[in-house]
Amino acid sequence: MAIEVRVPTILRTYTGGAKIVEGSGDTLTELIDDLDAKHSGLKGRLITPEGGLHRFVNIYVNDEDVRFLGALDAKVKDGDSVTILPAVAGGALGFAAAAALLGGL
Amino acid sequence: MATATLGSAKSHGNVNDVLTIDRAIIDAIVAHARRDHPDEACGVVAGPIGEDVPTRHIPMDNAARSMTFYEFDSMEHLRVWREMDDLDEEPVVIYHSHTATEAFPSRTDISFAGEPNAHYLLVSTREPDTEEIRSFRIVDGVVTEEEVNIVDATVKA
Repeated sequence: MAIEVRVPTILRTYTGGAKIVEGSGDTLTELIDDLDAKHSGLKGRLITPEGGLHRFVNIYVNDEDVRFLGALDAKVKDGDSVTILPAVAGGALGFAAAAALLGGL
Repeated sequence: MATATLGSAKSHGNVNDVLTIDRAIIDAIVAHARRDHPDEACGVVAGPIGEDVPTRHIPMDNAARSMTFYEFDSMEHLRVWREMDDLDEEPVVIYHSHTATEAFPSRTDISFAGEPNAHYLLVSTREPDTEEIRSFRIVDGVVTEEEVNIVDATVKA
């Protein structure tokens, strides 16, 4: 058993085109480290240089947004299904103003 | 009546340099944008994977409820994307409105654009009687405008 991770189109360049990959770990951080070891570069698209979850992606464990589960500390286990989706957002607001509003992009 | 603005016919090596979309869907998107004005409206038009034909209009909540920003609600986003997966569909069009500015992607739009296969459709509702409707590909931060070809009855009733 492993943790099944669904990868969006935009990140499949890191997974050799695979839509579903497998990983392991007890927390989301560990899972992402494990994935990055197999699919180098993936971590940089999910986690900011400051170590937070990237604003440009949503990550779900089963049916729950990890932002409600402790973000990178969210617990994961074998048999869980993790889904990564690119956040859909934007608007006329200038980028600097949006970044201030959202606490950094 | 919605009218589309033609994009420049630049060659950019992308075979999909036109968005062909049913008038009924454009009318529904414009109605959504008008309904939510002056807040920005947003949504998706799904279609069968690989066919580049938008067939199913899905208006989404703007979780930001803002005149200058839009954001899908994360749980609605997951639900709709799973539903598309189950139906062998993909997001062919991702749309939103600008309510006081032109229908052109902002830097924020470009930064967030994460669906390289989608047509990013923008509707401006700044004029009360007419809508500006333009469509773009946004891939790796590069914006390419494309023609919007509004047709009658591509959607099977």
